[in-house]
Amino acid sequence: MKILTETWVIFIRQMRQLVRNPVWVFFGLTQPILYLALFGPLLKNISGGGLGGSASYKIFVPGLLLQLAIFGAGFAGFGIIQELREGVVDRQRVTPASRLALIMGRTMSNVVTIGVQAILLTLVAIPFGLRPNWGGAFVSIAVICVLSLGMAAASYTMGLILKDEDSFAPFVQGVTLPLLLLSGVLLPMTLAPTWLRRVSQVNPLSYVVDTVRALFRGDIASATVAKGSLVTVGVAILLAWWATRRFQRNSA
Amino acid sequence: MTKSNLAIESRQLARSFKTKTGPVDAVKGVDFDVSDGEIVGLLGPNGAGKTTTLRMLTTLLTPSRGTATVAGADLITQSREVRRRIGYVAQIGAVPAPGTRLGEELVTQARLQGMNKAAATDRLKQLLPTLDLAGFEGRTLAEMSGGQRRRFDVALGLMHGPKLVFLDEPTTGLDPQSRANLWEHIRSLRDKNGVTIVLTTHYLDEADALADRLLVMDDGQIVADDTPEALKARVSGDVITVSVDGDLTLASKVAGEALDLRTNVVDGNKLVLTVERGDTAVPPLLRALDSAGLGLKSVQVHRPTLDDVFLTLTGRSLREDEDD
Repeated sequence: MKILTETWVIFIRQMRQLVRNPVWVFFGLTQPILYLALFGPLLKNISGGGLGGSASYKIFVPGLLLQLAIFGAGFAGFGIIQELREGVVDRQRVTPASRLALIMGRTMSNVVTIGVQAILLTLVAIPFGLRPNWGGAFVSIAVICVLSLGMAAASYTMGLILKDEDSFAPFVQGVTLPLLLLSGVLLPMTLAPTWLRRVSQVNPLSYVVDTVRALFRGDIASATVAKGSLVTVGVAILLAWWATRRFQRNSA
Repeated sequence: MTKSNLAIESRQLARSFKTKTGPVDAVKGVDFDVSDGEIVGLLGPNGAGKTTTLRMLTTLLTPSRGTATVAGADLITQSREVRRRIGYVAQIGAVPAPGTRLGEELVTQARLQGMNKAAATDRLKQLLPTLDLAGFEGRTLAEMSGGQRRRFDVALGLMHGPKLVFLDEPTTGLDPQSRANLWEHIRSLRDKNGVTIVLTTHYLDEADALADRLLVMDDGQIVADDTPEALKARVSGDVITVSVDGDLTLASKVAGEALDLRTNVVDGNKLVLTVERGDTAVPPLLRALDSAGLGLKSVQVHRPTLDDVFLTLTGRSLREDEDD
């Protein structure tokens, strides 16, 4: 129970800081909408790979949700570098609080943020022409949150390892960009040449993207969803496990 | 002294770091005790190993070797218990993020120390006036002065009422008035609440003003462990500082032949000598330098300071190492 209180204390601290930063609130919420408004319309006129007309949004919005999760959670560690400089990390580490709580409280603040952004994005897509299976969309957001949990935890630990923004930013960019491109986030991999499709098959994110798209279509009880959900949970557990172990070792 | 009166017992505590140029022994196995109610200063230049020692004793850094008992708990096997019992005030950090408010941060800190919300809030009300921060609960940290923020840092380490508090460079970067004010607060912690204090500093005046006992560190080792008075008495007699137009090494040799010297150190562009009586030593020194063809630029005679102590202990001045 104690660990839950400690996680909550950290979570509330992080959320307060986030909500008090008006620049972040504004851009954090409008960015996904910009994608919808300024990039979405282009897809309506493309055909092939399931694209074309309003159906495009069932392909495009899942991709945006995933992009949101990967960039949002991937760059989570940025904040801890500043906290390291402020001395916040050290002063929390000299308390008897569980190390797991210190990292999970932070991670949960990112999960909640990304969850809210994902809901908002989905809702805003409706006037553009999105008609998803609502049950599927709901499960999708849960999938996005699970993935964010693992990725944000790993990002915090990477932040603590690299210790400065100048190496952290290129690292995250360097890891997330190929992962994103190779998962068919922007356009479905069904449009890809064979070699590219093969490469994308070793990328765990491809399965997450496929799952979210299947869920939006309403293929909830499909093999794609089952496989993708397993991959998501597996990746999240693996990343979170590595992150907390590393975090604990760095602050034994 | 019985064992129960010891706040800290450090035995061969050591830490090395891996760097690109090979392993560096930051702290090379230090032995020392701190008694309950003492104010002990770790004095030394940057890179001497003070902060590394402090970070090991506060569980922030795992020692490579050695053992220690801190506030009655074993540093290695009971690190969580150590954390419960100690307070830690870190080196001055970067300006806090805009949304950080004093009261909330202190309550957060207390809750991570295991206090419930009500107890933490009560403690906040009680603690703030003692640090001249009454009414600051809602203030944003980024808008506070350096001195106020430093007192907030001290408050962070005191929320759970620890009996042993570590302060890392408590007054670095503060103006003289804020420094004197913070010294008052640190002293009253011990005088009024019996808190044992360990602080690191590279300021001699701070060490002199605050500490009952000094551990002088250089190159990862403790080179002296004594009261400021006793340390100054080690450099008994007077200190003569000479600067000449010419070779200092030659000047040093000439001085050594002309006078009965206790110490004789070339420190940068000065020659620092210790003699029994400065007033009678100056005339023969001047004559000797003159006949060796070394033009005298300046000469000073003064009572020894901790800086002279450091110089005689390590052969290096404390001040010139500050920008390392």
